[in-house]
Amino acid sequence: MAAPDVVWKDGRFGQTSRRDPWWFSPSAVLLGLSTFLVYSTWAAWQNSHYTFGPYISPFYSPEIFGSSPHALFGPKPRWYPSFLHFSPALLVLWIPGLFRFTCYYYRGAYYKSFWADPPACAVSEPRKSYLGERSFPLILQNFHRYFLRLSYLVWAFLAYDAVMSFRFPNGFGVGVGSLVLVVNVVLLGGYVFGCHAFRHLVGGTFDRISEYPVRHKLYDCVSCLNRGHMRWAWASLFWVGFSDIYVRLCSMGIWHDWRIL
Amino acid sequence: MLTQAMFRIWRGDPAGGGFQDYVTPVEEGMVVLDAVHRIQAQQAPDLALRWNCKAGKCGSCSAEINGMPKLMCMTRLSNLNLEMPVILEPMHTFPVIRDLVTDVSWNFRAKKTIKEFKPRSPDLPDGTWRMQQADVERVQEFRKCIECFLCQDVCHVLREHHKEDEFIGPRLLVYAAALEMHPLDNEDRVSDLRKKHNIGYCNITTCCRQVCPESITITENAIIPLKERVVDRFFDPLKQLFHIL
Repeated sequence: MAAPDVVWKDGRFGQTSRRDPWWFSPSAVLLGLSTFLVYSTWAAWQNSHYTFGPYISPFYSPEIFGSSPHALFGPKPRWYPSFLHFSPALLVLWIPGLFRFTCYYYRGAYYKSFWADPPACAVSEPRKSYLGERSFPLILQNFHRYFLRLSYLVWAFLAYDAVMSFRFPNGFGVGVGSLVLVVNVVLLGGYVFGCHAFRHLVGGTFDRISEYPVRHKLYDCVSCLNRGHMRWAWASLFWVGFSDIYVRLCSMGIWHDWRIL
Repeated sequence: MLTQAMFRIWRGDPAGGGFQDYVTPVEEGMVVLDAVHRIQAQQAPDLALRWNCKAGKCGSCSAEINGMPKLMCMTRLSNLNLEMPVILEPMHTFPVIRDLVTDVSWNFRAKKTIKEFKPRSPDLPDGTWRMQQADVERVQEFRKCIECFLCQDVCHVLREHHKEDEFIGPRLLVYAAALEMHPLDNEDRVSDLRKKHNIGYCNITTCCRQVCPESITITENAIIPLKERVVDRFFDPLKQLFHIL
């Protein structure tokens, strides 16, 4: 289908008639995601101060190998290459990292903020060539559902950690850290279970969903979560970072974990 | 509210054009289309614009108001900053015929490239079908489309990159979704969506959803589900293996 000939072509970068502060939202996303990226990379690299009592930082869970009592299979294995930096977080953090990286919401947001493709709606772009998600490398975004499946596993471990955070050496207790980890699991659950790919997998794939009553109910629930996917995405991102900060500062003795019960 | 406002309207034809300023009285309750009609009646009788229902249902008066694609009949002056000139332009994505009127016929030609509705065999001997409300609810949202083509206008794949010969744009993806997800439809459009209509060009900016005057959740309810069907077919061998087993 031949492209129509139009008057408006080859606009310069940022050209628009918009009067509203269109740059604000992409700038805020750029700042928010960059801050998280820098902090989470630094925190994952540390390999220290990631547990405190019954708490474990969500960046380091599940701790497959590690030096803390939370480790599933003991300390760093001998076969681990010596030239590679070791941290339990590096073994698992790629799963939620790639899940968020390929998430439909984040894709739309960071294409605008980091790549100006477009900078905002109805604002001219810096490049005239465009490949989209139909060729390499962005065609790999189609593997989002694989990271979704793996993220359920990670979420299940975080839910287990949240339950175990009420188990203190002297028995059942409730610390502020316990509540921090519970809120973290709730927010991450709202984000992961409201995923567009999950919505499709539970019911979106059917044209006659009424023939599958259980999946129909599930589809409605996921759709409900999905309507607030952006809010879940940001709330869970902020809180998972805060959870790490909380555990880290308690472990370093800077913050005191206040016991409620 | 001010008693008069300045409208900076693009005047021109396919060869080019420029902005002209018009000052006109404004009153409480007016929309942009009312003001443009007043300008047309009192100052610029040769000003070309397309309109019909004045109720946001015909999709004729699409334009760009202060840089954003909107219906002129649904944009209240009270929602605009009238202390500055209100900028009115035709839709940038389509060829200008004159002033605010554009040629949107490409959309109708592109629509014909989508496989038509193909219902399954009738459910009953009298040649009728039975559908559950739950099954048609999803596609009913897409039937609200008034074909104003604001979503096509704002889509950067068409607007900036002019991929009209490869990509059908959000409006026609909504149309394809209405057919593909229809409980009676038996046609398979998934392969076409990937190879012929290049749904992969969409990078989910959600601009189409943001400008839709009918509040159709274009990105989340039409385009992403279609992308997921393409993933089912072409990028998820695990799911296909599961089906075989």
